[in-house]
Amino acid sequence: MMNPAKKAARVLFKNATVVEPESGKQRQSDVVVEEGRLKGIEQVATDGFDGEVVDVAGMILCPGLIDMHVHLREPGREDEETVLTGCQAAMAGGFVSVCPMPNTDPATDKAEIVTYLKKQAQDLLVDVFPIAAVTVGRSGEELTEMGDLVKAGAVAFSDDGDPVASADRMRRALEYASMFDVAIINHCEDKSLSKYGVMNESAVSTRLGLPGIPGISEDVMVARDIQVARFTGGRLHIAHISTANSVALVREAKQQGVRVTCEVMPHHFVLTDESVKTYDSNFKMNPPLRTATDVEAMLAGLQDGTIDVIATDHAPHAIEEKQVEFNAAPFGIVGLETALGLVLKHLIEPGVLSLPQALAKMSNAPADILNVQRGRLKIGSEASITIFDPEAEWRVDKKKFMSKSKNTPFDGWQLRGRVKALYNKGRLWIA
Amino acid sequence: MQFSRKHLLGLEGFSKEEILYILDTAKSFREVLSRPIPKVPTLRGKTIVNLFFEASTRTRISFELAEKRLSADSVNFAVSTSSVKKGETLRDTARNIEAMKIDMVVMRHSAAGAPHFLSQCVDAHIINAGDGQHEHPTQGLLDLMTLQEKFGDLSGLNVVVVGDIAHSRVARSNIYGLQALGAKVGLCGPATFIPYQAEHWGVEIFNKIDEAIEWANVLNVLRIQLERQQGGMFSTTREYFNLFGITRQRIESAGKDITILHPGPINRGVEIESELADSDYALILQQVTNGVAIRMAVLYLFSGLSSDNSSESDA
Repeated sequence: MMNPAKKAARVLFKNATVVEPESGKQRQSDVVVEEGRLKGIEQVATDGFDGEVVDVAGMILCPGLIDMHVHLREPGREDEETVLTGCQAAMAGGFVSVCPMPNTDPATDKAEIVTYLKKQAQDLLVDVFPIAAVTVGRSGEELTEMGDLVKAGAVAFSDDGDPVASADRMRRALEYASMFDVAIINHCEDKSLSKYGVMNESAVSTRLGLPGIPGISEDVMVARDIQVARFTGGRLHIAHISTANSVALVREAKQQGVRVTCEVMPHHFVLTDESVKTYDSNFKMNPPLRTATDVEAMLAGLQDGTIDVIATDHAPHAIEEKQVEFNAAPFGIVGLETALGLVLKHLIEPGVLSLPQALAKMSNAPADILNVQRGRLKIGSEASITIFDPEAEWRVDKKKFMSKSKNTPFDGWQLRGRVKALYNKGRLWIA
Repeated sequence: MQFSRKHLLGLEGFSKEEILYILDTAKSFREVLSRPIPKVPTLRGKTIVNLFFEASTRTRISFELAEKRLSADSVNFAVSTSSVKKGETLRDTARNIEAMKIDMVVMRHSAAGAPHFLSQCVDAHIINAGDGQHEHPTQGLLDLMTLQEKFGDLSGLNVVVVGDIAHSRVARSNIYGLQALGAKVGLCGPATFIPYQAEHWGVEIFNKIDEAIEWANVLNVLRIQLERQQGGMFSTTREYFNLFGITRQRIESAGKDITILHPGPINRGVEIESELADSDYALILQQVTNGVAIRMAVLYLFSGLSSDNSSESDA
């Protein structure tokens, strides 16, 4: 069971190690919240403070983390996850904001569904910032009522799970969305190339006899979308980038001034397709785990800023659907509760990124892509804070997940960094 | 030798000693098959389920015969009569069957890795009778046995597998088995049929059949599945035969002894000239006979009996 979050207008976080990812500034200080807003980052005496005092000595205090790519399965598959359980999983993983993708049933293609999702989260600490569908029913045909959807609270558009297959539809979506200054997030996969593939096409798929998803199925659509974004001037965000070639394409496009950003998932910078060799469907996701060369490219892209964001693609699946032969299992793994631990253990500990660099990719960078007032410790703004112990070592135990689903490849892994407290939407949660 | 493996999921990772031990055991069972009453009590009291999720005539009959020759009790479970059509998962199907107290499962499935998955769900011994495009270990073993009968030691032998390597479980089991015994493996077929990064297997790759024949002592000719044509994997069977068909003229112009294997069923006139398939070059029917002996050996060795130190020497 999880401690409940409670309303707390006035909070004093004592002795924090405050990290402001955007500037890279890191200092010892207290942090004060008043009326749900960030009042100050300064030494404040405990005596006489009229409110909750939380001692966070030795802890990192940073802007509330944002996961801009999750699947909450509500509406439609509440047996796998709900807004409530997904938000609890987010909290356990240190996230105060999540962006659910629209591949629900029904799809998030109407303002009422955005309103419904936001209502489901209104009494929770976690913000739910829905991403709405680009096309009605995610069918790739008619554009959704983007104006109405943005007004209701949609922060971006995507047909995630499926690509926007038609180049013309992608063009029109980028043009139309630019009226509202929102990004189109594309799941880049040319399905004529990936076909019935279930894992990366490589020496490993050849050995295992599993149908492959070639890296080019991603690359050709990334290349196409970059050209369309260049032509339209629209804002393009590449979801779950996974190949070395795609990273190179984005790097080049950014140098040329194309408005393109991208995100990577922890499994794509930690695991390779070698893991599939036991035919365990917890290593099956789309895009699939790639090769060691691709993993190196992810790390390089994270370092040089080509990759803007770290997100999870949290994809809960019922155990009976995953516990089948590899071909028949659905794509996807849960990620909210392991992402921060993987980042600390596999990016920060080996020195791939500094702590502020990594946290920036989970706070101010996604906030800017989504245009949400989060991701920074800004005096006077609504306070949104994540606090974690960067040294705590822990072992992943999927049975303890808050998520309804347990489909993780990281069960039993030794990770680092435990969430201690969160503050968001005027609510305080102590782990 | 103690045979300690519980399942036969594939030949990948098998040592030379293990494979030779299976082949030796099969040799003694092959002798049984030539007796007036070709039957031994080796697996009396053992119950084997033939779990075939994919249509198969030859492999299923070969396993069934092997089971009968070993006096096992066996039942067949075929997909058309099964609950799979009712949406039951593979795991549930297998656990239900296992609850009926069975010892072994011989499994054919269209998904690569399905027997590996099953081996994690049930306690019974699993024999892979072909999983998707992954492995067909008993076919690999019977090919090895047939070559061993002709050549003895296989080390240094050049064997080319010809055809649709990408979609072939026979090819993969051949590669692992042949390499374990020291043979060199070549792959020959249209570029679309050679799987991505096949060179990682440490094999020779040929796109010209005459070069492959020149290099080879043995050609293992795979069946061409005609539905691949619609998938854009090759153009026409006519062109395939022109470019890759094994003909007497091609064999004879190489001017050396060439042995031909084929896992069947043959598409005469597509991958091989009809007359050549019936010639002395081909060991195709010997493969079929050896198939029963190999499956007897496999059923015996993987039943757990051989590691009991009991002297099942009536084999």
